[in-house]
Amino acid sequence: MNTTIIPSKNQRSEIIPEKKKKSQLVSIWKRLRKNKLAVAGLVILTFIILSAAFANALFDYNTVVIQQNAADRLQPPSAKHWLGTDELGRDILARIVHGARVSIPIAFTTILIATIVGGLIGAISGYGSKRVDNIIMRIMDIFLAIPGILLSIAIVAALGPSLRNLLIAISIANIPPFARIVRASVLSIRNEEFIEAARAIGANDLRIIFKHIIPNSMAPVIVQATLCIAGSILEIAALSFIGLGIQPPAPEWGAMLSGGRQYIRYAWWICAFPGIAIMLTILSLNLLGDGLRDALDPKLKN
Amino acid sequence: MSDNILEVKNLIKHFKSKNGTLHAVDDVSFSIKRGQTLGLVGESGCGKSTIGRLILGLHQATSGEILFNGQDICKMNKKQIHDLRKDLQIIFQDPFASLNPRMSIGEIIGEPLLIYKKVKRAELDSEVRRLMDVVGLSKRFINSYPHELDGGRRQRVGIARALSLNPQFIVCDEPVSSLDVSIQAQVLNLLKDLQAEYGLTYLFITHDLSVVKYFSDKIAVMYLGQLVEIAESDELFKKTVHPYTQALLSAIPAPNIRQKMQRVKLIGELTSPIDPEPGCRFAKRCLYSQAQCVGQDLEFKDFGNSHFCSCCRADELLNTTISQ
Repeated sequence: MNTTIIPSKNQRSEIIPEKKKKSQLVSIWKRLRKNKLAVAGLVILTFIILSAAFANALFDYNTVVIQQNAADRLQPPSAKHWLGTDELGRDILARIVHGARVSIPIAFTTILIATIVGGLIGAISGYGSKRVDNIIMRIMDIFLAIPGILLSIAIVAALGPSLRNLLIAISIANIPPFARIVRASVLSIRNEEFIEAARAIGANDLRIIFKHIIPNSMAPVIVQATLCIAGSILEIAALSFIGLGIQPPAPEWGAMLSGGRQYIRYAWWICAFPGIAIMLTILSLNLLGDGLRDALDPKLKN
Repeated sequence: MSDNILEVKNLIKHFKSKNGTLHAVDDVSFSIKRGQTLGLVGESGCGKSTIGRLILGLHQATSGEILFNGQDICKMNKKQIHDLRKDLQIIFQDPFASLNPRMSIGEIIGEPLLIYKKVKRAELDSEVRRLMDVVGLSKRFINSYPHELDGGRRQRVGIARALSLNPQFIVCDEPVSSLDVSIQAQVLNLLKDLQAEYGLTYLFITHDLSVVKYFSDKIAVMYLGQLVEIAESDELFKKTVHPYTQALLSAIPAPNIRQKMQRVKLIGELTSPIDPEPGCRFAKRCLYSQAQCVGQDLEFKDFGNSHFCSCCRADELLNTTISQ
């Protein structure tokens, strides 16, 4: 009766095994693995995060990291101090490892806050009426007009330097770019035909937003988040460098750079190694972000 | 219940645009009998798809009535439209754009079932498999993603999704126009088989007259938002009245290479649908247009056998073509 089915088709379907149910994450990981640079970034990042996680096992905070030791001042790298010591005789490697414990969690938290808040604002703006969109985006434009770092400085200066205020400042400075990206991506997706198809099969707004729009607009957000974590680490370092971030004697990469600045002529290692730590972290995040950009596109073949 | 499953009466849809009002659908009336197929034909941008979306309640009509089983869709609230979707479904033109790229085939076909809680979660998988079988889609694709399928299979997914709620009426919005000719035939045959099996009624929107001739019981021809001619399928091909329909019919490629065809070649382009002048909208391109064609509003004339045409010179033209 049905002329459309080729007779052999049903037999063939039994021969070719059904594809296993595989989640999106698995296929994303498969694609990411092919990108050598992204894997390199992931390896460096994992190494940094692991060393930060086990920092206390590697170096004791009270006796090594903040304990001053006048006898060991400004030692160049040696077998005892692999990366040398700073002007107060503290081991730089130990301080860099413990510094990662400060920078990385703050960076991830700030970007998480910025992604959620910015994403929500952007989604409302993109899915809402034109009026709502206009109001929200003009407010975001005002924020965008001020350079992020300047905004952070202003917020920290107003609230006073502390860990919590640093978090708030960097989160706020990062919200507008996220709002923009999410809005743009929601705007392009809400006019896709599959959204209309979803409406035709009776999906309500909530379902459309959470099942259809968000999964399809996540890719640019995740990429932006990885890149922004790098920026956030840099901002923390910059704020600490000018004394508005983490306060001494707590180790922080930017603060270490700032402390070693006066000795750079005869003790280059004080500045060089924290700088390299910042650079490596940012590089790894950028490589990973670039890799994710390709891996998150489901249309690219495995 | 009347014989007509769907009746469209004086349907108007205007879109506001910067330059004026876009008359997407202007005073269109037709009806479809249960279990039959109405082919809606016209060139790009003449409002065919808009009618489809109006019937689905995806757009709000400016005025007019769409009676589905006697109930007016235009006056329904959200809840009623939600219930209506169980009986009224749509197959989209582009099977790639209309499937969410991040959902697997199984999830796409199962989504309406989940929304309407038609089956229990435990039975969802077997129901999806049954639907895939119905549309001739190999079950091994259940966990594949749309981009892994070819166009014909993607369109089968779209058909399975539309069928999942067991509707009475399906709007087919150019379901085969983005497919290869060989695949087109497969999908058309599938749609025909499904119609016979489930007693479906179709509104078949297309710009391809050879497809519509094969497929429809009745054909409606649209031009710039207005219906210009409507008749039973055979009747339309035998006794073409409107010059626009004649031009369309003459554009169907002949399978026989020796057959000499006289093509009516239209000059010029579609006139703007924004604030059109009263009178025949086809007049500017019509070979037979005269002063009487423009200025006054047209009326639908009956030519018997439920054959209607809006051409004001139809009578004369009909006589001349017959005498030829």
